[in-house]
Amino acid sequence: MTQAPERYIGGGVPRKEDPALVTGRANWTDNIKLPGMLHVSLLRSPYAHAKITSIDVSAAREQPGVVAAFTGDDLAEDWDKNPQANPAAVTGYGMSLDQRVRQAQEGGESSVTDTPETTGEQPVDEKTRTFVSWIPTDDTKIPNHWPVARDEVNYAGDIVAVVVATDRYKAQDALEFIEVDYEPMEPVVDVEAAVADGAPLVHEDIGTNESFTWTLATGDIDDAFNRADVTIKERYLQQRLIPNAIETRGVVANPDAITGGYTVYSSTQIPHILKYVLAVYCDVPEQQLRVVAPDVGGGFGSKLNVYAEEVIALVLARKLGVPIKWIEDRSENYLATIHGRGQVQDIELAATSEGKILGMRVNLLADMGAYLMLDGPGIPILGAFVYPGVYTFDAYDFSVTGVFTNMTPTDAYRGAGRPEACFAIERIIEALAREVGLDPVEVRRRNFYEPFDEPTDTPAGIQYDSMNMPMVLDRVLELADYEGLLEEQRRRRESGDPVQLGIGFSTYTEICGLAPSQVLAGLRTGGSGWETAKVQMLASGKVEVITGTSPHGQGHVTSWSQIAADALGVDVNDVEILHGDTALSPYGRDTYGSRSLPVGGVSVHLAAQQVVDKARKISAHMLEAAEGDMEFEGGRFSVAGSPDQNVTIQDVAAAAYMNYDLPEGMEPVLSEEVFWDPPNFTFPFGAHICVTEVDTETGFVKIRDYFGVDDCGPVINPIIVDGQLHGGIAQGVAQALYEEAIYDEEGNLTTGSMVDYLIPGAPELPKYTLERTVTPSPTNVMGVKGVGEAGTIGAPPAVINSVVDALSPYGITHIDMPASPWKVWQAIQDAQGQEAGTRDADLSGRPSQAADSTDTEGGTDS
Amino acid sequence: MIPIAFDYEVAESVDHAIELLKENGDEAKLLAGGHSLLPIMKLRLATPTVLIDLGRIDDLNYVRDEGDHLAIGAMTRHCDMERDATLQEQCGLISYTASLVGDPQVRHRGTIGGSVSHGDAASDLPSALLALEANFVIKGSGGERTVAAGDFFEDYLQTTLAPDEVLTEIQVPKLNGAGWSYKKFNRRAQDWAVVGVAAVVERSNGSIGSARIGLTNMGSTPLRATAAESALSGADPSSVAEATSSADEGTSPSSDIAASSEYRRHLARVLSRRAVEEALSR
Ligand SMILES: Cc1cc2nc3c(=O)[nH]c(=O)nc-3n(C[C@H](O)[C@H](O)[C@H](O)COP(=O)(O)OP(=O)(O)OC[C@H]3O[C@@H](n4cnc5c(N)ncnc54)[C@H](O)[C@@H]3O)c2cc1C
Repeated sequence: MTQAPERYIGGGVPRKEDPALVTGRANWTDNIKLPGMLHVSLLRSPYAHAKITSIDVSAAREQPGVVAAFTGDDLAEDWDKNPQANPAAVTGYGMSLDQRVRQAQEGGESSVTDTPETTGEQPVDEKTRTFVSWIPTDDTKIPNHWPVARDEVNYAGDIVAVVVATDRYKAQDALEFIEVDYEPMEPVVDVEAAVADGAPLVHEDIGTNESFTWTLATGDIDDAFNRADVTIKERYLQQRLIPNAIETRGVVANPDAITGGYTVYSSTQIPHILKYVLAVYCDVPEQQLRVVAPDVGGGFGSKLNVYAEEVIALVLARKLGVPIKWIEDRSENYLATIHGRGQVQDIELAATSEGKILGMRVNLLADMGAYLMLDGPGIPILGAFVYPGVYTFDAYDFSVTGVFTNMTPTDAYRGAGRPEACFAIERIIEALAREVGLDPVEVRRRNFYEPFDEPTDTPAGIQYDSMNMPMVLDRVLELADYEGLLEEQRRRRESGDPVQLGIGFSTYTEICGLAPSQVLAGLRTGGSGWETAKVQMLASGKVEVITGTSPHGQGHVTSWSQIAADALGVDVNDVEILHGDTALSPYGRDTYGSRSLPVGGVSVHLAAQQVVDKARKISAHMLEAAEGDMEFEGGRFSVAGSPDQNVTIQDVAAAAYMNYDLPEGMEPVLSEEVFWDPPNFTFPFGAHICVTEVDTETGFVKIRDYFGVDDCGPVINPIIVDGQLHGGIAQGVAQALYEEAIYDEEGNLTTGSMVDYLIPGAPELPKYTLERTVTPSPTNVMGVKGVGEAGTIGAPPAVINSVVDALSPYGITHIDMPASPWKVWQAIQDAQGQEAGTRDADLSGRPSQAADSTDTEGGTDS
Repeated sequence: MIPIAFDYEVAESVDHAIELLKENGDEAKLLAGGHSLLPIMKLRLATPTVLIDLGRIDDLNYVRDEGDHLAIGAMTRHCDMERDATLQEQCGLISYTASLVGDPQVRHRGTIGGSVSHGDAASDLPSALLALEANFVIKGSGGERTVAAGDFFEDYLQTTLAPDEVLTEIQVPKLNGAGWSYKKFNRRAQDWAVVGVAAVVERSNGSIGSARIGLTNMGSTPLRATAAESALSGADPSSVAEATSSADEGTSPSSDIAASSEYRRHLARVLSRRAVEEALSR
């Protein structure tokens, strides 16, 4: 037997999953090939907004290899038609599980066991079909979201027809034979224009482009602004981003003749949530649905959704009785997978002349795109809780209006609401520093919380778990040699160097560990936040762990193995982590929002501890000693004082399995399952410094160095945490300098490929200098916090602050993201009173902003 | 991202390729590295039904010293030019420019012949070849002809190549001590140039003898910055900034999501100055 080292946690165990991933032997959805399987291609609308006046798929049906072709009308009756009519899952239209539970509890009409017959439901055409789960307010407007559009298309990429053929190539060729007449309607491609009087309506039946307004207020905000020496008002734009998982989406739906049910394989982050939503949307009895997430090549939030294509595959498998496959190509991925960000942020700060913040107002317009997706409305709401950032003050006022536009729907993208919040506070704090004449480091210090390690109230009405900002800031200043950088900056400024140096800060916190279910209920997310783990020791002494998290690149197989191996005292390679299949366990809340370690990993730890507890009892029985005398170390139970008397946990597992001689009344086997709902979120924090060189002749920004000191609590695997930070910061740099989904006036996505949508690569990224501090979270027994989004949240303001700092001698105070060379050049031209010509914003369909965003009142007249 | 169905033919020789082109008429396209052609086929912007692969013709991949000039076979890949010692020594502009094309995968497939024949004004090598006053050897059913780079590019993605012609060789001068530079301005290392400037500068007794400047992505074809070239001719090296301030004269760059035409003109001026200064320092 291999002897386990003392502790795996904190060690750099190489990722177990990598050999298969890097040698191309993973089991992607597209690798699944089933006998008799047919392939789907989808015709998508070329118009952002149009009426479908006629559509004819008959010629497509005649093409070689084509088995079937359908329009939205053809399938209108199919979405919720279950030939084996099932009473259990029918009434989910436009209503989340959460709402249904509430209604049932309040004695309302609808319950999970209602049937159309008992509720006298509306006819098919009048139900609202939707994938949204997070419905922020009672009066949220929810548009009808047909998987295949019927009368109207609402964004370029909306599905209008389906072809099923014997292979994908034939299906694709046949699309060209579908005849559609569109009557174009005026599109809305800008959130501000969408809420203006007389704007064209995305959904005429809804009568407004405003889906909902959600607010949060604490303290006396008017008083804060009245008392302020300085008030600052800024506007920031969060451009739309395209997630670009390396594996596009894909789904295979396989009917099971025996059960009458289906197995759905999908490249998803959320097999468990998908199972429930598909069951409800398609009226498939949930117990007859199995959802598998095979190896999934990235998600970044884009696969935290339920998509029309998943519904289409399932419904076609039901209709045609054969396995159906749809694989998204990259062009479709740009158009039809959710986009992220897309906000206009109006931020106001009230402060004293000493730079102490008194209050903050936040007003957002959040671009929902054409429809509401699973958590789309909730993304800006998640952000609402961290606009105050790492600063403590008394009054806070937040409001967001979700707005429909004729663009791809938006939802969670790495950071999901929190990068937007962090950007806003970390940008406006710089404006405050400028206004009161303080160094940006000093103004931050004046507003930090005193270090704390117990839950502490914040202006947003929640409690941060633990935080020590001065510690991370001090260390990052040392790492970067701030004084040396200031000296170099001064030299370059004085010599008129065309390449100027920028030093940019970001001191951030974020929310991980989604989530206490009661908080989610209060927010009306329509979901719960517990997680589950089952740890079982097999007859041979090896260990299987079933987790409810669904890794798609995060390395849970390695980290969870470390956690279980340490708790059980076994070799890390004797542990296997099973995940992503609802047949293993129908329960699980999947992977997103940096939740997996602080909720799912902790569940593994708790379940393993329960296994040890039971094993301890059995070991005492085996050694004829008292349970209280048993010591457990390195996988071995021994009797206190007589170390020769011992058994290994593997011996105990075998005895538990054989069940010949267990303590009285004890059940056989070592298998423990835990469901854990966390009492609070977790809040990692950190301080970043981005050093840029800005070529003032061309506008080109080069990131010379990037320093970070991050604190995510105890680290399970430093290699994985480094990887999360490297990739996370890369995605933050991407938003700050490179990426933007641009639509033209007609609502066409002009950045529809990797040529025009600029994802930075290794040559664009600096060498990171990263360190960590460890401040445990009181939220869970392991003290862990999560790190999946930290870099993406912390990085964008550090980069933009750096660029603006480099250009501050010109009087430049703001540059929108992405700070492209063209935009930087425009800002310099503007600052020098020179002609900048056509602006990037003129070609991008988004509001132009650049120079004059700072509107300062009051000033430092004290 | 799925092209229409097509047939695939292997050309055994240049003559065989010409024969296949004639047989298949408009339906056919030559396939070199495929890195310009296949992407547009996947978007169904090009729909050839026959591809004629030049990749198996061995004697199109070479760099040869022909005494007064260097000859580069049309199927020579970017990565081969990047590493070729003769080119590095005698015409560093080409090996350096080739090293800036796309990313390593692109450079291991893409060829100089494909780059030139595609006629994309945003490609890097064509403007360098203009500045070098290169010659292109073209073979067709009517025989062989040689066309000067300056006469080859006609319009957006249009060249003098007839449908049944094959570009076989690119001839470039030896630089013999003339300075050179290529300044490529792009946002990511792997991108096409927003603007690129190639410069070849001859020195003469402490002043500039002559300068030839090729512009990438400043119009529908690769261009020469003729006004700046004449201003530089015989000029003192201290007046480079002034002389190159006319580098955008006569150009009509497009406005797109990467840059406005005004910004492109500005970049052409800045990059021309930097290119000529660097060429003078080499
Ligand atoms: C991601 C990416 C990034 C790129 N970045 C750059 C860049 O930064 N700079 C740059 O300059 N280029 C770039 N390219 C283009 C690349 O250099 C191409 O390889 C090149 O432009 C075309 O060469 P090819 O051998 O691939 O030609 P192909 O794609 O095979 O052919 C291109 C065209 O030329 C024709 N053709 C090819 N050879 C001949 C011949 N001998 N005679 C007549 N006609 C012929 C073909 O029929 C076709 O119409 C990039 C390409 C990609 C995919």
